[in-house]
Amino acid sequence: MEELIETIVKALVDHPDDVRIEEVETSSMVTYQLSVNSEDMGKVIGKQGRIAKAIRTVINAAGTNESKKINLEIV
Amino acid sequence: MKQVTITSKSVEEAVEEALAQLRASKDKVEIEIIEESKKGFLGLGAKPATVKVTLNADPLEEAVQFLKEVASKMGVEVDVTVKEDEEGTILEMASEKIAILIGKRGQTLNALQYLTNLVANKSSDEFKRMILDAENYRERRKETLEKLAYRLASKALKINKKVSLEPMPSMERKVIHMTLKSNSKVQTSSEGSEPHRRVIITPTNE
Repeated sequence: MEELIETIVKALVDHPDDVRIEEVETSSMVTYQLSVNSEDMGKVIGKQGRIAKAIRTVINAAGTNESKKINLEIV
Repeated sequence: MKQVTITSKSVEEAVEEALAQLRASKDKVEIEIIEESKKGFLGLGAKPATVKVTLNADPLEEAVQFLKEVASKMGVEVDVTVKEDEEGTILEMASEKIAILIGKRGQTLNALQYLTNLVANKSSDEFKRMILDAENYRERRKETLEKLAYRLASKALKINKKVSLEPMPSMERKVIHMTLKSNSKVQTSSEGSEPHRRVIITPTNE
């Protein structure tokens, strides 16, 4: 899952080397905390969160077989 | 096309700096040497080198590569076939596990399409529109939407009130508008802002 997020985000941003993803797991949920270069914030969030929403849709589709809920936070 | 002109001590250094600025590898660029550097003598007559480096990103190639990579990380190996159409470039995906890539009402397909368009057009000046399709999903969806349009148009006429549809992406709203264009008894319009924009069907004589 981390690899999937990384593949998508690195292709969108101007500073792929600054992409960091951290996984935080609780009993019912897995949260991925994504951080990017501050110049790239807009490129992962988009107008009215449109890009962030598209990324979430794709990772949720990939995670349908997993029992835990998947959450993506942009920090 | 993205392009930079760099002046540096040597041709090699200038090219390196240009590649760093364009964030590209050497095989994706065209390098034109405008001026070679000259060593000079005792610091006299030395000239820096100037190179012009142009990024050769092909949006289509980027799109196909991105799509295959993302799908593979989702656990789906896909074949992508490219077709040109009057509406844009169609990337047709085929796989055994295609359902994962389409999602409920095509929401995954639409999300992938949006991201693919962003990635493909990131490093090119002209915008090339890409349409993702899988197992003829777009055509099947179009038929469903046309039926929905006819049904809701007659409902609007029956109750003599406007009927609003669910929020849809622009491509799907267009199908509704086009379907009811020839029907003079109703008018269609869109309301709200993306991604919650929806079609409204209004009886003409309301």
